Amino acid sequence: MKIGVVVFPGSNCDRDCGQAISKVTGAQILYLWHKNFDLEGCDVIVLPGGFSYGDYLRCGAIASHSPIMQEVKAAANRGMPVLGICNGFQILTESGLLPGVLMRNRSLNFICETVSLKLENAKTPFTRKGKVGAVSRMPIAHMEGNYFADAETFKTLEGEGQVVFRYCDEKGQVTEASNPNGAMGNMAGICNKAGNVLGLMPHPERVCEELLGGTDGAVLFRSLLG
Amino acid sequence: MKAQVIVKLKESVLDPQGMAIGRSIAAMGHKGVNLVRQGKIFDIDLNAKTPGEAEAILKDIGEKLLANTVIEDFEAKLL
Repeated sequence: MKIGVVVFPGSNCDRDCGQAISKVTGAQILYLWHKNFDLEGCDVIVLPGGFSYGDYLRCGAIASHSPIMQEVKAAANRGMPVLGICNGFQILTESGLLPGVLMRNRSLNFICETVSLKLENAKTPFTRKGKVGAVSRMPIAHMEGNYFADAETFKTLEGEGQVVFRYCDEKGQVTEASNPNGAMGNMAGICNKAGNVLGLMPHPERVCEELLGGTDGAVLFRSLLG
Repeated sequence: MKAQVIVKLKESVLDPQGMAIGRSIAAMGHKGVNLVRQGKIFDIDLNAKTPGEAEAILKDIGEKLLANTVIEDFEAKLL
């Protein structure tokens, strides 16, 4: 299996993603430059976190128009698994692969902390080795993670099982107090209708080794293995 | 041709930045400022044969790039 990690100017979690995914899956990692028009035979694409194009205009807006994103869009529409983490999630919404938008955090602060997450959809290529209802701990580090969608989209997301992760407390209760950024319905991660495109604000690649504080994120990459 | 595109948050979307600016204005001592909403202005110079063509270009870039129409509206005008 070949996994492509896209590198935009300003991406800063690309090597972390590559390292963590390689260690968990043993897959070959290719770093794909944003100017490429070619996914180089990759079977899975990861859009890493960071500050692509310096967050100019809106987070992810410029990246969504880069050459490689035209290829990623076409591949995603053919069913290729695509994972967007943090800035990668913002790029997925800006490019229209996922609905809605990530707005400035309700508090207007950059939030850097470890949060609890409840898994709600274990059918995506990235969560199928997880268990619905399982609570995991993952770090978040963002300024724009306040998920917003219009009322109709919100209803569809809830109705079609497109909410994959929700912010919750340590017991798995989805509460207002456990919502770090104001995201609608405590949504931390959502997928498209087909389920092959997943975007989430938390950083699973940062919790794939005990030495770094936990291994709760590894399930997303382990799920890619047969 | 010179043009200007103004991007604003939709009225239904909460604007915490505008609210923070509003609180700051109140702290300056101006008590009569009721509401602040923050937006963006793009000054654009473009080549087009007719105003109609220019408007079509502005509409395209407004919709696809300058504004995120999930949360923002834009208005384009030729100057």
